[in-house]
Amino acid sequence: MPRKPRLAVFKFASCDGCQLSLLDCEDELLALAGELEISHFLEASSAVQDGPYDLSLVEGSITTPHDAARIREVRRQSRALVTIGACATAGGIQALRNFRDVREFTRIVYARPDYIETLERSTAIADHVPVDFELRGCPINKAQLLEVLVSFLRRKRPNIPSHSVCVECKRRGIVCLMVARGTACLGPVTHAGCGALCPSFHRGCYGCFGPAESVNTPALAERLEQLGVDRGHRLRLFRSFNANAPEFREESERHEQ
Amino acid sequence: MGVDATRTLEQAAVIDREGLALLLTGLRDDGYTLVGPTARDGAIVLDELDGIDDLPAGWTDRQEAASYRLERRDDDALFGYVVGPHSFKRYLHPPRVKLWQVRRRDDGMEFSRGGAAAPRYAFLGVRACDLAAMRVQDRVMIGQDARDPIYAERREGAFLISVHCTEARSTCFCASMGAGPVADAGFDLALTEVLGERDGEPRHEFVITAGTPRGQEALRRLPSRPAGARELEAARAGHERARGQMGRRLATEGVRALLRDNPESPQWDDVATRCLSCGNCTLVCPTCFCSTVEDTVDLKGEHAERWRSWDSCFTGEFSYIHGGVVRPSTRARYRQWLTHKLSTWFDQFGTSGCVGCGRCVTWCPVGIDLRAEVAAIRRRADADEPARATSSTPDAGSDA
Repeated sequence: MPRKPRLAVFKFASCDGCQLSLLDCEDELLALAGELEISHFLEASSAVQDGPYDLSLVEGSITTPHDAARIREVRRQSRALVTIGACATAGGIQALRNFRDVREFTRIVYARPDYIETLERSTAIADHVPVDFELRGCPINKAQLLEVLVSFLRRKRPNIPSHSVCVECKRRGIVCLMVARGTACLGPVTHAGCGALCPSFHRGCYGCFGPAESVNTPALAERLEQLGVDRGHRLRLFRSFNANAPEFREESERHEQ
Repeated sequence: MGVDATRTLEQAAVIDREGLALLLTGLRDDGYTLVGPTARDGAIVLDELDGIDDLPAGWTDRQEAASYRLERRDDDALFGYVVGPHSFKRYLHPPRVKLWQVRRRDDGMEFSRGGAAAPRYAFLGVRACDLAAMRVQDRVMIGQDARDPIYAERREGAFLISVHCTEARSTCFCASMGAGPVADAGFDLALTEVLGERDGEPRHEFVITAGTPRGQEALRRLPSRPAGARELEAARAGHERARGQMGRRLATEGVRALLRDNPESPQWDDVATRCLSCGNCTLVCPTCFCSTVEDTVDLKGEHAERWRSWDSCFTGEFSYIHGGVVRPSTRARYRQWLTHKLSTWFDQFGTSGCVGCGRCVTWCPVGIDLRAEVAAIRRRADADEPARATSSTPDAGSDA
């Protein structure tokens, strides 16, 4: 019998929510452990094995020189590397620092800012090492995570569509919030994957999955302005969990004073 | 259409609200799953109905490009609105459906059909444009060469109760497309709602005609009386009101050649600056039928399923073929959609792909109106505006 592929999970600057999605796969965890050897997953077990690993899931962004070096070692130890979540794929909410002077933050927050060794910008893993697949979301969708793992095991392309959240709303029959209520919604420019979670509760899309495959953020922003969304609100809409995703970053910068 | 509508109206009967309630109860008793309009989440949507009380009594809609609002009427009309965000496509060509599944066995593979058998639907409130859209999809799904069993099973079993429109919105243009506002065929029963007063008493009635033997049979079971001149006149006045309230026309004259001959119109670049490429227009369109197929496998590799889901020509993955995306730009996607809908649909299926329901206008988040786009393409073609400088290069290259 061939040996089971070895799985590792690594954390960088992040909240741990995405790797928790793996533990959240309760019904599938035993089957998963039957197909993969979970070799390194600190959130689940302190018993860790050395690399190399067949598949590494990487959560979090790169914010320190130490992590910038560590991700290179993770890449070196990993046959396939999949990044999970908005931090790993776009720099996360902590990429808000990219729009300000990070030294100013450390002076305000820390008693001894000189102890803090941090990078000026929070960046995606793919900005540092080659990545085999990026799974979006803040947090990721656990069904999509399973699809990525199954696809890795079966050597197939994962079914992770890159179209807009609008497609998910329309398939579910959710009435468009922008059209029927004038609600600000990032759905038309946001990558699918959540199953239109917020619109199903009458909240506009917050853009947790980052930019869709093909986006026209200026045209959406213009419509938001017509709906009465002021400049500051437009800026904040595009500058959240995926603030450093290029399409959202450029759009938020257009709304700076 | 006017002649046929008049002829069918001559054989019309009149039922009241109670008669309509009995019709719906009777259909449910006959085993039909009743689907029709109901007010929910700020719009009049389609859903399964228990009976007449689920209809949006006293509600109406206000629609324009990129805007829809649900509002109260000053009467209790049951059908005092036009088409909403849903179409009956949801039920005939479901957004997501399991095609088949397979299980690994010791001695091989065991395949089985996807889902349970489809319910037998009774559709209430099918507008003339909705009926026209079904006829368009029939040509696609129940063609001479291919038959989609999922669509065909649902379509062929469905009992259709049409409602002739007595109002229209600025987004409506079924009259331009020869699709409405009065349905002349394709229904089992058709209603025109008539509200008013007689002898100082408010009355709420429906002029009803049967279009098929089973429609006649259903009508025979209802308490009704022959329609008199007054009811017929009121119904006709309602139809004329709808005709008069339509928004701007879609100038169909020569549109097939216009779009075919102007693939490099500068208007495609113009619309691409506004279009979000979100796919909403195609998903609300009652004739758009494109879908994608996904295979899912369980962790152990013992069970696999194949699912079909609505897709859109506005997504990159839709036009991905080996080596890349054929239509990478919004310009190419919008052009593909509009040209197919109004021009190459004739080549492929012998009709226009547009029935003038206006859903793509209302539900476009940025309010792109295909009638205005066609007019602009025509204007620029007539003015002989130069095409893009890149027009001589192959499409995928120029759009990349």
